[in-house]
Amino acid sequence: MAQKMTAGKRIGMEVSIAVSYAVQLSRAEAIAAYPITPQTHIVEHLSSLVANGELEAEFITVESEHSAMSASIGSAAAGARTYTATSSQGLALMHEILFIASAMRFPIVMTVANRALSGPLSIWNDHGDIMAERDIGWIQVFVENGQEAFDHSIMAFKIAEDHRVLLPMIVNLDGFILSHVVESHQLLDQETVDRFLPPLVPYHRLDPAKPVTMGAFAMPELYTEMKMAHQMALTNSYGPILEVWREWGALTGRHYQPVETYRTEGAKVLLLIMGSLAEVAETAVDELQALGEPVGLVKLRLWRPFPFEELRKAVAGADLVLVCDRALSLGGGANPVLAEVRSALYPLAVRPQVLGYTVGLGGRDVQPADFIKLLRHGQAEAKQGPSQEFFMYGVRG
Amino acid sequence: MDKFGSAESTKFDTYASRMMPREEYFTSGHRSCQGCGEALAVRWVCKAIGKDTIIAHATGCMEIVSSAIPQTAWMHPWIHVAFENTSAVASGIDAALNILERKGKLKGPRPKVVAMGGDGGTSDIGLQALSGALERGHNFTYVCWDNEAYMNTGIQRSSATPFGAMTTTSPPGRRSIGQKTWKKDMVAIAVAHGIPYVATASPGYLFDLYFKIRKAIETPGPAYVHVLSVCPTGWRSATDLSVRLARLATETAVFPLYEVVEGRHRLTVEVPKLRPVKDYLKPQGRFRHLREPEIDFIQKQTLANYELLLQKCKSSFPEFAPIHLPQVG
Repeated sequence: MAQKMTAGKRIGMEVSIAVSYAVQLSRAEAIAAYPITPQTHIVEHLSSLVANGELEAEFITVESEHSAMSASIGSAAAGARTYTATSSQGLALMHEILFIASAMRFPIVMTVANRALSGPLSIWNDHGDIMAERDIGWIQVFVENGQEAFDHSIMAFKIAEDHRVLLPMIVNLDGFILSHVVESHQLLDQETVDRFLPPLVPYHRLDPAKPVTMGAFAMPELYTEMKMAHQMALTNSYGPILEVWREWGALTGRHYQPVETYRTEGAKVLLLIMGSLAEVAETAVDELQALGEPVGLVKLRLWRPFPFEELRKAVAGADLVLVCDRALSLGGGANPVLAEVRSALYPLAVRPQVLGYTVGLGGRDVQPADFIKLLRHGQAEAKQGPSQEFFMYGVRG
Repeated sequence: MDKFGSAESTKFDTYASRMMPREEYFTSGHRSCQGCGEALAVRWVCKAIGKDTIIAHATGCMEIVSSAIPQTAWMHPWIHVAFENTSAVASGIDAALNILERKGKLKGPRPKVVAMGGDGGTSDIGLQALSGALERGHNFTYVCWDNEAYMNTGIQRSSATPFGAMTTTSPPGRRSIGQKTWKKDMVAIAVAHGIPYVATASPGYLFDLYFKIRKAIETPGPAYVHVLSVCPTGWRSATDLSVRLARLATETAVFPLYEVVEGRHRLTVEVPKLRPVKDYLKPQGRFRHLREPEIDFIQKQTLANYELLLQKCKSSFPEFAPIHLPQVG
């Protein structure tokens, strides 16, 4: 299937299918997954690739996401290239184990098809699920379209397994909005991916020939140092991430940056967003620039480790940044992306004003006209001094 | 070790201490309490599983006493992840060994996989993961260290705590007799999954324990061994009585030693004349508050359960029709 697809040719397929081909091309060896909408199409397709012998892997049909992540730790610890995918409640059920996976430094790759958290129950898209897992110590990226989902799914293995990194990695893609749409993808052939991504070389593994104890506990005199080591590992992964992205750029012509900008030159007002809504915001920016308004767009790709310097560079020169979160920090003053952007900019002597918006919760559609309205609202608020800590765009009642 | 490592040895009940492996895989220097029956069982289970085995261990007493960074008591490749998921971790290890073996990436023989957890990590919080792993048919052995309460967190009741026992969350009082429920039958739950080998074992009968563990790990597919782990700290018993109490548990039929092979029950330690349960209850402070009516109830219920077990052992019908799935592909 994927092997027969020649590089360069654009092929229309559902984004979930493209992701499963990326996992197949990456030669994942152990896949433990539990069904949850909208992650299902990815693991269904992987399951059939395994069933048909097109992917030489073990598919563990676990009885919960908690066990999916636990089994992933087991298979990674035993030395197999490990993949899983989940969404929303499933990610929340993994919560406890996500911290352990990263602290034990297992290079597991996971797709999160982002979906709102209950309650009320909602199967539709926002970033509430992953924002509740912000501090799990994994590398986290957001993708904007199917091609990016495909690309980052392969690159994630190379980044995670780098012996300078050895951290699990999440590729976030918007549930339904991306996972279930048919887009045009440029796949790679197996030979190219094999050259790019060599077989996994486990740093350590469970092996009777060289027994090790994994997951020992720490007394107070050691816990802080171990968390510091984890923190350093995550911040130091930044260099290797960029290296892998550069190599991919040279290979495919598709270049990725931790923070990407769209028509920000000379822009005084910037929208800042993560995920697939960025493409919608681009349309709004085009419309406003056509009217001669100095409006641009900043897209945050790398969420963890957070690219502080690149963000500061991207917004330098702007007067106003409107941060659009697709999550809500209940009872707080700033939603997750807003809080991070503010803390990145606060130490600067000269900095733009930063206002926060919650948009597109639980699958609420956001169109170019909405971004224009939001911009107008933000400009007015900035002028008079913000009337609220942050705004929930389009909320009724 | 090799001459004991083959399945051949499991065909005979040979009782000679000099035939037991001298190798130690669970080393001294760990921090278990004085008189810990569980540590004794762990030591002998580790001998029985042999060198080429990977262990996944749940959070609990045995994990805490044996693995404080930078020390470890485990000579096996060993992993601890969390409390309730050790069967899932073992599932992942088993799956990884399958694919690595298929791809020719394993050097040496394929290791055995053993998961271990306490009674809370098995019959309460870990039951779902265990059930999933048994149902999926992973090639692993699960060993439950049953000390009959959450001892590590300070002696709280679990579903494995016996009726009447005093724990910190089943305290006797004017309106309480202590633990008010009968002990959950984890062995029956394991058997209900239709797995090929299930057994009870005890540090009071080390040969019996040794050979059951050997059988369990040599059995293809899932196996479950439930080990009574005498806990002087939680049972409020004298530390020099641990082995004695383990034997009394069997001699009174409170904890009969048996195995269930392909659904067929067999007593492995026959007790010609049962002792009264009060011989077992009396040395334990956790039962100190019980009066005659409760002890009578425990006696009757214990005998009723034992009679049922004997009937199962005599039965010409297995608990389930042995499941031998056809191989595909």
